[in-house]
Amino acid sequence: MARAFTPKVITANALIEGDVIYLTADDQWSRDLSQAELITDEAHAQLRLLDAESQVAEVVGVYLADAKPGENGPEPTHFREDFRRTGPSNYAHGKQEAEANV
Amino acid sequence: MYKYNDFDTAFLAERNAQFRAQVARRIDGSLTEDEFKPLRLMNGLYLQLHAYMLRVAVPYGSLNSAQMTQLALLAEKWDKGYGHFTTRQNIQFNWPKLSDVPDMLDALAEVGMHAIQTSGNTIRNVTSDHFAGAAADEIEDPRPVAELIRQWSTDHPEFQFMGRKFKIAVGAAAKDRAVLKAHDLAVRIVQNVAGETGYQILIGGGLGRTPMVGQVINDFLPRADLLPYIESVVSVWNQIGRRDNKYKARIKITVHEHGIEDIRARVDARFALIRPTFTGADQELLAEIKTHFAAPIFRSAPTTTYDAAYDADPVFRAWADTNLAEHRVGDHAIVTISIKKHGATPGDASADQMRTMADLAAQYGYDELRISHEQNVILPHVHKSDLPALHARLKQHDLATANIGLISDIIACPGMDYCALATARAIPVAEQIATRFDDLKLEHDIGHLQIKISGCINACGHHHVAHIGILGLDRAGVENYQITLGGDATWTANIGERAGPGFAYDEIVPAVERIVAAYLDLRNSAEETFLETYRRVGLSPFKAALYPEAQKKVA
Ligand code: HEM
Ligand code: SF4
Repeated sequence: MARAFTPKVITANALIEGDVIYLTADDQWSRDLSQAELITDEAHAQLRLLDAESQVAEVVGVYLADAKPGENGPEPTHFREDFRRTGPSNYAHGKQEAEANV
Repeated sequence: MYKYNDFDTAFLAERNAQFRAQVARRIDGSLTEDEFKPLRLMNGLYLQLHAYMLRVAVPYGSLNSAQMTQLALLAEKWDKGYGHFTTRQNIQFNWPKLSDVPDMLDALAEVGMHAIQTSGNTIRNVTSDHFAGAAADEIEDPRPVAELIRQWSTDHPEFQFMGRKFKIAVGAAAKDRAVLKAHDLAVRIVQNVAGETGYQILIGGGLGRTPMVGQVINDFLPRADLLPYIESVVSVWNQIGRRDNKYKARIKITVHEHGIEDIRARVDARFALIRPTFTGADQELLAEIKTHFAAPIFRSAPTTTYDAAYDADPVFRAWADTNLAEHRVGDHAIVTISIKKHGATPGDASADQMRTMADLAAQYGYDELRISHEQNVILPHVHKSDLPALHARLKQHDLATANIGLISDIIACPGMDYCALATARAIPVAEQIATRFDDLKLEHDIGHLQIKISGCINACGHHHVAHIGILGLDRAGVENYQITLGGDATWTANIGERAGPGFAYDEIVPAVERIVAAYLDLRNSAEETFLETYRRVGLSPFKAALYPEAQKKVA
């Protein structure tokens, strides 16, 4: 039996700001992981990755990150992606700052 | 202070204009990231976890107040109001926008600063003793030599794309305050029995995945031979250093694999070839550079206000006892400003704090500042009578923490909170240890103890040469912290020993507490430092304290 494919999201950094971003199902880049497309099929993941990588004028450092389904959309499975999702732990900077301003 | 001449200024302007055009081409999509990345790295611009990071060179950690004020401006205008001083005496800005970086570089150029060769496989920012020019125990100010090496290495055509980066440090004092033995090449200004000054050259030190202590390749190099000799070392390594594996590319591996004798023979041969091409212009340049580093005219005055404050104010006295060092002029002191307030991020200074330090340097410090590899800021020359006023100002800006050399004066790299290479966080571990020992009120009783934390094997936080080193790792998807003991960053340099299995994130502070409790128990007297005790008793009693469960099983 083929090895089960771990679900993935496509993530990158925004070219100008460097912010962590995620590819949504409708081809937008979101700063919010919960809005990302959770990809459960390996072939589909490769196609989406190629597509994302071609957007050189908007994004940088595209890759597939492991994720799992959560109540409100995809969630990280590893602490690194968790930090990328929230921002640093010494200041409420990055994403946390943006949320505090909402 | 070294002042850039017209040539330097024009060079920076041209280089910045070039980079501005490259950024524009990246933004409009005409450069891909693969094409752009080497160009941005040549200008100190990294992409990290949450944002870009701009690393600005502070050559040999030396700044004047205008430069420090400009760093505050950068922090405020283009970042989030702070900067991070690093173990390589640089400053990093954690949140710049790609489109703002050209403006930031122009602003730096206004005060003779830049980000060139702060990244990439080149000769990196030259580091030095943070007490340079002021220390009572130095033979001479090491900075002119460091500046000579900086000028020689900047844009040196042979050394822009080497197998790996190359780090040089210069020292000239009895005490090593620049971790000379952890550098690819170290220059130590020494005096021989005849009273002549020359250079002792060490090579092959380095931390990272294969930590090594540097070895002496030349015991006494005549002064006129310095640049051709260094050039010989770098070019021998550039030629025979390994390029098949980037983890084996640093000169420490070359020295390890070939042996120091073989390298010395090759360097001597190379030196014989290139020595004649150095016609003495470098010596004229050095003489010219020296004039820029002439010591200020130290004012002479009574120190009565200092003596009175020292006797009357216990807070001032505690600060003076830990944060001042002996100046070569008796009525002056070297002030180390702690950027390690308990619970704060080691090395971070706000724009307000940077401006305060710049103002204090202008008012009381002959306009000079230094950045230490320990991530603190130094005012190298302050007349003792000014210290009470200076201390009062520092207090107002959260800069008067009296903890230099103590357990909360922790070095920590950015770790997983910022760094793309990290395998675990470092900053919150440092914050928690500092807070914990502050709560226990044990810090001054414990005395001199260095904790250094890295967020991955690259060892930017120098954990290998810490008395207590902490290395953050990823063990099966959770943060895990490995402890090493007995490292030393001075002339008696030494790589710490691994204590045993690592600790989870919430176990690491208690583990450090157990080590410290064991030390307090084991020491002969309050005068015996942690390192001395460790050297006397060895690892095993500390191991027993760290892993009480394992002890029980054996029993
Ligand atoms: C952009 C973030 C950083 C990256 C990508 C980075 C990368 C690295 C790497 C790959 C090494 C291992 C070198 C080797 O053994 O070949 C290293 C070592 C080192 N880095 Fe960093 N580093 C970063 C930030 C820092 C910071 C913030 C500091 C200062 C706090 C620093 C200072 C050092 C030092 C002192 C070493 C060990 C000495 C040596 O090179 O042997 N680095 N760094
Ligand atoms: S030690 Fe690792 S985590 Fe820390 S700054 Fe260096 S590369 Fe990043």
